[in-house]
Amino acid sequence: MNIETYKVGERLDSFNYQQVQNDILAILEKGSNVLVDMNACNYISSTGLRVLLYSKKVAASKGLKISLSGIGEDVKDVMDVTGFSNFFDYA
Amino acid sequence: MHRIDLFPTHEYQGLKLRPGRPYPFGAMVIGNMVNFSVYSRYATDCTLVLFHNREEQPFVEIPFFKEFRLGNVFSMIVFDLDYENIEYGFRMDGPYQPEEGHRFDKSKILLDPYAKLIVGRDVWGQEPNWDSLYQYRARVVFDDFDWEDDLPLETPVNDLIVYEMHVRNFTCGAASGVKHRGTFAGIIEKIPYLKELGVNCVELMPIHEFDEFENTRISPVDGKRLCNLWGYSNVGFFAPKAAYASTGRFAMQVDEMKNMVKQLHKNGIEVILDVVFNHTAEGNEQGPYISYRGIDNKTYYMLMPDGNYYNFSGCGNTLNCNNPNVRDMIVESLRYWVANYHIDGFRFDLAAILGRDQNGHPMSNPPLLESLAHDPILGKTKLIAEAWDAGGLYQVGSFPSWGRWAEWNGKFRDSMRRFLKSDEGVLPDVKERIIGSPDLYASQGRGIKASVNFITAHDGFTMMDLVSYNVKHNEANGEDNRDGENHNNSWNCGCEGETDDPDINSLRHRQVKNAITMLMVSQGIPMVLSGDEMGNSQRGNNNAYCQDNEIAWLDWNDLDRNADLFRYFKHIIQFRRQHKVLRYDEHLRHQDYLNLGYPDFSWHGVKAWQPETGHNNLTVAFMLNGQYAAVPAVVGSADDFIYVAMNMHWEMHGFELPQLPDGLAWHVFANTGMPSPADICAPGEEPLIESQHEVLVGPRSIMILVGKAPK
Repeated sequence: MNIETYKVGERLDSFNYQQVQNDILAILEKGSNVLVDMNACNYISSTGLRVLLYSKKVAASKGLKISLSGIGEDVKDVMDVTGFSNFFDYA
Repeated sequence: MHRIDLFPTHEYQGLKLRPGRPYPFGAMVIGNMVNFSVYSRYATDCTLVLFHNREEQPFVEIPFFKEFRLGNVFSMIVFDLDYENIEYGFRMDGPYQPEEGHRFDKSKILLDPYAKLIVGRDVWGQEPNWDSLYQYRARVVFDDFDWEDDLPLETPVNDLIVYEMHVRNFTCGAASGVKHRGTFAGIIEKIPYLKELGVNCVELMPIHEFDEFENTRISPVDGKRLCNLWGYSNVGFFAPKAAYASTGRFAMQVDEMKNMVKQLHKNGIEVILDVVFNHTAEGNEQGPYISYRGIDNKTYYMLMPDGNYYNFSGCGNTLNCNNPNVRDMIVESLRYWVANYHIDGFRFDLAAILGRDQNGHPMSNPPLLESLAHDPILGKTKLIAEAWDAGGLYQVGSFPSWGRWAEWNGKFRDSMRRFLKSDEGVLPDVKERIIGSPDLYASQGRGIKASVNFITAHDGFTMMDLVSYNVKHNEANGEDNRDGENHNNSWNCGCEGETDDPDINSLRHRQVKNAITMLMVSQGIPMVLSGDEMGNSQRGNNNAYCQDNEIAWLDWNDLDRNADLFRYFKHIIQFRRQHKVLRYDEHLRHQDYLNLGYPDFSWHGVKAWQPETGHNNLTVAFMLNGQYAAVPAVVGSADDFIYVAMNMHWEMHGFELPQLPDGLAWHVFANTGMPSPADICAPGEEPLIESQHEVLVGPRSIMILVGKAPK
């Protein structure tokens, strides 16, 4: 199974979401699963969460998977209390 | 197919613009655009003020050009904003003529009345910059959320067991054991506790954005900072309180609150919001400009002929609820919370105000209340009125309902409290309350489901304080003990406040069990005050609205200290949920109208079938015939017979038992006169009683029997 890793930068918010979204969708377009490497990410905004969830739904519609790795405690906490963490697989 | 009307037509200081969509009001993201729309009947000019997040000075102020106005609405679309990094407000120009009702002041930057996300008080208690031009700042919200298959639960109203709680007080105490104390996330962590207790609905004290620093001061008694803890003072009707979210510092309160609702729903627990549409945080003539006063004072507030504010709320101003535009805002707010947050119901604070006309006079068919009763989106939403106001209008039993509204039954609270402390002359009234207050609700055909029964609520003593204090002790509020209710119908059981006397403490626990029993075996919707199940005390403070400390916060150590109370609450709640005859939605007939051998409901006394009638009687018993639970109107299978004997006399009494049909026998479920664990058992595990003819009910005690086939 093809898995391509995509590294998120320090922040994922409305400032850079379009680029991140486009990059992940481009990988999915190639028919590859995506491992989103969150090691560098120390802040994720509402928009950032939506980029990840939207990507996951696009992936599912293509029979592909998105999983997350390297999530820091603070980012994971935000994802937990807003309910977004329930939607993802973790590598 | 692409729309052809989404191209810029104007440019202002480098920003691309076009005329906006007048409706809906507020701010809305549409692709790479944000639409801003605000209504003001009397403003002559309006400016959109844009800030980058948390910056003191705006980066641009864009006038609404003439072609951006339609009727009394100013609307514009701004292109290519980094919408997560935008805070917006309005400046309104117009007359400053207070005697005419106008208070326009274009030096003020005003909050959008329809703001869905408000920042500025993001972390509870974090001192704001008081010099800031713009204190409560609107942000644009992306309104999607993945609810999966969640919807409001639509639990039948008569099946509800409501738990009235405060987001912060619930888990702020150090012993709560949650990670995010005092927040929506903290409530999620306590869902297993709520399920164990058995409640199926939480009623949250106000969660709309408010300012905890409003009227903040230092208590002259203990030197603690007092604040607006309860939040009955709205800053915005569409935005959740940021500081109630652990993610408020990231402005993610919308997602966190939605997730809380979703998780509660997954566990069968509804969410009712306590909403305050009777006044705003702008106070009286000396109050601050936050929003409405500067946007359109004459529209939003009830004004006296001299232009000053009517004060039916006791809080300085009164929202002009039956102005058609304000009415629309209220309806839209409620629809928004139901459609976007899946809220199951609303409790309306000082709801009698919602039935006053623009001059303050009570109306017979208030259009706002009628609109809410018939609104399509709110069609299955619970609507509960606090059917009185601070202007003297008391409408318990007469609140205009259109068959849709339930009421906080203040008379239930008063009658049951008096009975609990063995007042004479209250028994006829108590009997009405036990059967769902037909004296109040039968004539309009509103049924039992119109009555929200409670003995304690956030206003007044907690249940433990009700049996520990004769009078209020609000000195810590810094108002010389003048604030708070004086007529509490409370009794301290022999000593004012905390005591080591084991007899008094034992009696207090028994009285608490008596109180919750009265609530749970009465027809109507029971509401439990959060913390009563663990014997929470506010040290005699019956108005802890400003006590953001151990007085108001639940002390979760009480769960161990008062383990017998929690066990009793848990079982009696479960008992109610298992027995349909305790949860009728229509009034009982007191007749055997199906020839089943016994009436659906019957009164008894110390003699079976002979209820006491004397003025000074303190004993009453009643029996519910479980066979009537199987009639088509109730739907379902037959229930057990249930017999309840209440002895509020200070001496023991024998109660002769009504004879059961052949094959059934009396079993004892609860006896508050017994020490724990003999006071109550798990529902369904009731032991057979020896004498099937008579039971002895101890002083100030209640016994519940179940008539069923012996094992």
